[in-house]
Amino acid sequence: MARIEIDGQTYDVLDGSNLLSACLSLGLDLPYFCWHPALGSAGACRQCAVIQYKNAEDKCGRLVMACMTPVADAMRISIVAEQARQFRNDNIELLMTNHPHDCPVCEEGGECHLQDMTVMTGHTFRRYRGQKRTHNNQNLGPFINHEMNRCIACYRCVRFYDDYAGGNDLQVLGVHNNVYFGRFEDGTLESEFSGNLVEVCPTGVFTDKTFSAHYARKWDLQTAPSVCAHCGLGCNTAPGERYGELRRVINRYNGEVNGYFLCDRGRFGYDFVNSPERLRKPLLNDYSDITVNAAENHLRQLLEADKPAIGIGSPRASLEANFALRMLVGEENFFLGLEDTEHTLLNTIVELMRNGGIHSPSLQEVEQADAVLILGEDVTHSAPRLALSLRQAARNAAFDMARTLHILPWQDAAVRALENQAQSPVFIASICATRLDDVAANTYRGSAEDIARLGFAIAHCLDGSAPAPIDLGDTEQALASAIADSLKQAKRPLIVSGTSCASLAVIQAAYNVARALPSTDKQLTFTVPECNSLGLAIMGGRRLQQAFERVGNGLAESVIILENDLYRRAPVQNVDLFLETAADVVVLDSLKNKTTEQADLLLPAATFAESEGTWVNNEGRAQRYFPVYPATEPVRGSWKWLTEVMDDPQWQHHNALTAACASAFPDLAAIVNSAPGPDYTVKGSKIPRQPHRYSGRTAMHADIKVSEPGQPLDPETPFAFSMEGNTAQVPPALLPVIWAPGWNSNQAINKFQQETGGHLRDGDAGVRLFEAAGTLEWFGDIPQSFKPEPGRWRIMPLPHIFGSEELSLQSPSIAERLPAFCVLLNPLDAEALEADSGDQVEISDLAGDSILKVPVQIEKTLPCGLLGITAGLPAFPFMKTWAQVILKKIKQEGRL
Amino acid sequence: MEKMDKPLTKNIRPDRPFATLADYESTGGYQGLRKAIAELQPKDVQQWVKDADLRGRGGAGFGTGLKWSLVPMDNISQTRYLVANADEMEPGTFKDRMLLEQDPHQLIEGMIIAAYAIQAHMAYIFLRGEYHLAKLRLENALLEARSKGYLGEHVLNSDFNLDIVLHTSAGRYICGEETALLNALEGKRATPRAKPPFPLVSGLWGKPTVVNNVETLCNVPHILHYGVEWYQGLARGVDKGTKLFGASGRVKNPGLWELPMGTPIREIIEQHAGGMRDGYKLRGFLPGGASTDFLLPEHLDVVMDYEAVAKAGSRMGTGTLIVLDDKTCPVQMVLNLEQFFAQESCGWCTPCRDGLPWTVTLMKDIIAGKGRMEDLDTLAGLTRMLGPGNTFCALAPGAMEPLQSALKYFRADFERYITANNTIKEPV
Repeated sequence: MARIEIDGQTYDVLDGSNLLSACLSLGLDLPYFCWHPALGSAGACRQCAVIQYKNAEDKCGRLVMACMTPVADAMRISIVAEQARQFRNDNIELLMTNHPHDCPVCEEGGECHLQDMTVMTGHTFRRYRGQKRTHNNQNLGPFINHEMNRCIACYRCVRFYDDYAGGNDLQVLGVHNNVYFGRFEDGTLESEFSGNLVEVCPTGVFTDKTFSAHYARKWDLQTAPSVCAHCGLGCNTAPGERYGELRRVINRYNGEVNGYFLCDRGRFGYDFVNSPERLRKPLLNDYSDITVNAAENHLRQLLEADKPAIGIGSPRASLEANFALRMLVGEENFFLGLEDTEHTLLNTIVELMRNGGIHSPSLQEVEQADAVLILGEDVTHSAPRLALSLRQAARNAAFDMARTLHILPWQDAAVRALENQAQSPVFIASICATRLDDVAANTYRGSAEDIARLGFAIAHCLDGSAPAPIDLGDTEQALASAIADSLKQAKRPLIVSGTSCASLAVIQAAYNVARALPSTDKQLTFTVPECNSLGLAIMGGRRLQQAFERVGNGLAESVIILENDLYRRAPVQNVDLFLETAADVVVLDSLKNKTTEQADLLLPAATFAESEGTWVNNEGRAQRYFPVYPATEPVRGSWKWLTEVMDDPQWQHHNALTAACASAFPDLAAIVNSAPGPDYTVKGSKIPRQPHRYSGRTAMHADIKVSEPGQPLDPETPFAFSMEGNTAQVPPALLPVIWAPGWNSNQAINKFQQETGGHLRDGDAGVRLFEAAGTLEWFGDIPQSFKPEPGRWRIMPLPHIFGSEELSLQSPSIAERLPAFCVLLNPLDAEALEADSGDQVEISDLAGDSILKVPVQIEKTLPCGLLGITAGLPAFPFMKTWAQVILKKIKQEGRL
Repeated sequence: MEKMDKPLTKNIRPDRPFATLADYESTGGYQGLRKAIAELQPKDVQQWVKDADLRGRGGAGFGTGLKWSLVPMDNISQTRYLVANADEMEPGTFKDRMLLEQDPHQLIEGMIIAAYAIQAHMAYIFLRGEYHLAKLRLENALLEARSKGYLGEHVLNSDFNLDIVLHTSAGRYICGEETALLNALEGKRATPRAKPPFPLVSGLWGKPTVVNNVETLCNVPHILHYGVEWYQGLARGVDKGTKLFGASGRVKNPGLWELPMGTPIREIIEQHAGGMRDGYKLRGFLPGGASTDFLLPEHLDVVMDYEAVAKAGSRMGTGTLIVLDDKTCPVQMVLNLEQFFAQESCGWCTPCRDGLPWTVTLMKDIIAGKGRMEDLDTLAGLTRMLGPGNTFCALAPGAMEPLQSALKYFRADFERYITANNTIKEPV
C-alpha cells in the first residue's frame, strides 16, 4: 500500500496502481475516457488531469494525467484545484467542438459516459463557432450501429477490438481531427466479441443494432440479474425488458467470471425470447387450445397411470426444473436427455472435477495462466468468452518482462511492445484451424485420436509413469516433448479441453497432462456445451438411450420431456420411433421445435428471462438467474408446471425446490448459497427491478385499463417488479441496474468494486460447489492413430459460435450470422472426389442410403478422412459423431 | 586537415555534387571509426562523446554521451538498436538534408561509431520520404561502406558486426518525434508512445534503442578523430562544437552555414544571410524552426546556445532561423504554421487533435474579419491548454510557441483585423 494525500485527505491506495484507478477505487469522482480497467492506460484523452505537488510547501504543483501517473508513497495531489478543474472543463470543450447535439435522438443518451463526464466537468457553454467535421458511417453487420460523428477519438474501440480481442478488421484510419474508427470498407465486423464495443465506447458511436429495433431508454428498462443461456461458461448478464418484450442484454460485471465482456452470441442471442415461434399457451397435438386446468389434469392422469411415466431432463433447464421432474417421475424414471457420447464425457468431467485433485479455474484465474495447452477445442466457438481470457493469458510473459523493466502493467502500449519478445506459450491441438491460432506458440491438427495421443505423449514426457502411446510419429514425439518442456517451466500452467471432439480419450489425456504437471498451481478446465450441462451431469441420471429402450420394451407409456429437442440428441429414426411408441408425450418448452411437434400435450415454459433457476457452469460455479419480467399467463417456469401437479404445498415455492435439490445431492449442497431467497429484504423492502427514473408506470397500460394495475408480485425471489425499494445497501452482485449518482453508464461499476477491475464489494455472484480433491489413476486407454479409409469419411461436428447453440439460432441477428451450409474437406480428399469448393456432394451411410446433399468447402487444415460439419446447425439432420459415411460428387447440369 | 573549423561541412563543396567515399576518406573519413574500433572500448567511446559535451541537434539538446551511457549494457546478448532520425520535416529547417545529400558517409561513420558505443548490431536510418536525392546517395554510400568492410560482419576485421537499413518514411511530421518514429518503423500508426518507458529501456520492438538526430551523429566521427579538446575548442559560447545554422525569409542571402556554437544571431542574419532584402525591415524571427517562439530585433545579440536562447524566451531548436519582415503579416504567418501543425497532428490526444483545428478556425475567422476581441483570449487560453505537459507529446506545445509569442509581440496585428473588420486590405 502507498499512503497518498488527495485534497488534504490521507488515503491508502494499492502500490503500483495509477492515480486514476486509485482515485476511482476510493470512490472519488474523476472524469476519464480512454482508460479502461481491462485495457489499461493510453494517455490519449487527457481528461483525468489532476495537480501533483512536489511537497507540502509546493502550492502551485503541476498538471499530470492521473491515468499515466503511478502512485507513490507521500504523493500529494488535488482533484479539485482550480487549474485542474479548468483544464478538464476545457478538454471537454475541445471534445465537444465536433460532437453533435443529438443526445435526444442518440441511443446512448441516458447511459452515456460522455454525458456524465461533461456534466461532471461543468462544461455547459459552447464557444466554438466553426463547422463540425462529419464522417460517413458504415454498415457493420447485424449487431452494431455506427455513428462516427459522435466519436471523441478515445481509441478504446480499437484498443479493445484489436489489442485485447485480437480482431483486425476495425482500425483507426485517417489522422488529426479526421481520425476514423471503422473498417476499410462496409461489412460485418468479424470479431466474435464485437458487441462489447457497445459498452466499451464511451458515447454513441457503436450501439446495439438489435436494441435499436425495439429501443427503450436505460431508465425505462426493467432488469434483473441473469446468467447467459448460450454456453456453459455462465457469463453474467443484465437483460432489459419493456412492455413485456426483452429488449437487450448487456454485460453484468462478475470479477471471477466474465469481467467486463461478453461474446456476441451471449449479447445478441436473447431475441429468441421474443420469437413468434414462442409457445404461449398449452396446446394439444393438433395445436388446439386446452385450458391450464385441463392441461394440469392431463398431466396428473398421466402420472397416475399404471405404468410409470418417465421424465427426460435437459442441460438447458435449471437444476430446480430438472429436480422437480425427477421428483415427479421418481429417480428410477429420470433420464438426462443428453446425446450418448456427451453423457459419457460429462460424467467423466464431473468425476475429474470432483476427484481429480486439480483446480478448475474461473475465467479470471484462466487469465493468470502462464502456459496453456488446449486439447481438442476451438474455444472461440465452443466457449467463446474463454477464448478472450486465454488471449489475455498469452500476455503474462510480457507482463513479467515489463516488471523487470519497471514498466507497470497498466502502461498498456509499453507492455504490448514487449509481446514480440515475450509471449506465454499457448499450444493448440485441434481438429482444424482455430480462431486463437494467432497467439499460439505451436499448433497441431489431427483427428480426436491423434490429439489424445499427443496429450498422452505430453503427459508421459512430463512424468515417465504416465502411459505413453505406442508408435507415435517422430514429429508428434518431438512436439510432445517441446510442449512438455514448456509446460514444465510454467508456474501456473493450464490445460483446456472439453466435449467438442466427442472423445473420451481427449478428456482423459488432458487429465493425464494436468496430473503429470509438476506445478502446484496448475489448472484444468473443460468446456461444456450448454448452460447447465455440468449441473445436470452432477445431478446424474440415466441415459437417453435407456429411455428409448424403456418405452420400446413397453415398460413405460408416457413421457414428460423438459425443455429438450430430442432430435438434437439422437438419430431421427430413434426419436421418431420413441415418440410414436410412447402413448402420451408431454413436452415443456418455450419455443417450437421438432420435438414439440410430436407432443400430445405442450406446456408453454418461460425462458430464462421470465423465470428463475440455478445453473452450474463449467467451472463448477452455481449461479442463480431471476425473472426479468413476469411470464404472461399461462406461460410458466417449467418448475412451476411440474410442482403444480404435485398438489403438495411444500413445493409451492422455488426456494423449497432449491433446498431439496441441495440436500438430495451433496455436490449441490452449496446451491442454496448461490443467491438469497425470497425473504431477503433491504430495509424492509425487496430489491426493485425498475430504476428510480422508470417512466410511464401509471400510463403504460392505460390503453387496456385506465386505473393503474397493482405491480405483479414476486413471491419467489428477492426482487420486486417495481421502482420502490432501496438499492443503496444491496450487495452489488444483486443489483439489477448498475447506477450511481452522476454515473449513468455501465462505468458506474467502479463504484461497486473493491478496486477498479477487481471483485465486486461483498463478493461476486455465484458459489463454487466443490474443490477438486484426491487424485485419480493414470488413464491408459490410448487409442490407435486415426487412419483414413479410402472412400470413407468420418463425421466430425465442429462447434460454431453462431450455428451450434439451439436457442440463439432463433434470434434474427444471430440467424444472419449463420455459417454457410456446407461440409469441410481436406484438399486431398476433395481432389480424390474431384470436388472444388462450392461443388455439391451427396452424403450416404455405409449402406448407401442418401443422407443429404450439401456443398463442399475446402479446409486445408482439416485432416484427411474427416468430414467437418457445423455442429448443431439445423440444416443438418442429427448425424452421429464419428459415424462413417460415403461421399459422392454430384455432377451438376451445365458443368463439364 | 583542411577546414578544421568546419568539420561537418568540410567535404561540402560547390564544385562537386557530393562527397564520394574517396572524397570522404581523403579528408580523414573513417579514421574516427578506425580509432574507436582499434583502440577504444564501447564505454570509452561513450565517455569521449560525453566529455566532448555533444548535445543533440534535433532540437531538445539532450547530452548525446549521457544518452548512450544510459543504455543497459549488462546483458551482452541483448539486442539493441540505433536509429538515425533523418525525418527532417520542421518548416524552415533544411540542415540535415544538406548533410545527407552531400556527405552521406559522414552520417554512416557516425552511426557505426554510435552503434559500436552501445553495441548495437542493427541500425536504421529513418529518412523523410521526400528526400529522394538523399535516399539515392545513402543507398549508394551504404553499398560502398559494406564493400569496404565498414559495415557488415567484422567491421574493419574486428569482432563488431553491424548492418544499417535505410527506411524511407511514408511521410508525417510526427514521425520526427522519436517514439512515433519507432512506431512507424515497426509498421504501426505513427503515434508517439508514452514515456516512461524511454526508448533506451524499451524502444524499437521493445528493445533498448538510441535515436539520434542526423547532425548529432555527424559530429561523432570528428570527436573521435580529432579529440575532445579540439572539439571543445570549436565553440564560442557555452555549448560545444559547431552547428549548422540557417536563415530563410526575406534576407539577402538565405542559406545554411556551419558556425561555432555560441555565434550571435545578429552575425547569422546580418553577415551570413547578408541582412534584410532592400525595402524590408526585420520584424522578428523564429530562432530554431516553426515550433519556437518569436524573438524580436532587440534579441539579435542573443548567442546561439541552448540556455541563452531559452533565457531570451525561445528555443534554439534546430538552429534554422525563419525571418519575419515588416511587410509580412505575422498573423497570416502564424496561421500558415498552425495549419501545418493542425494537419500534422497524429490525432492521438484531445488538446492537440481538437485544439489545433480550433486555433486555425479562430485565426481564419479573425483574418476574414469575423473575429471578436474575446477570440484573442480564447487563443491565449488554447496556447496554455496545449502547453507542455498537457499534451501527449511535444507537437502541440511546439505549435503554440509561435502563436503565444505572436500574441505577445504582435497583438496589435491581431486586433487590427478585429477592429477594422473587413476594411483591412489583405497584406502582401
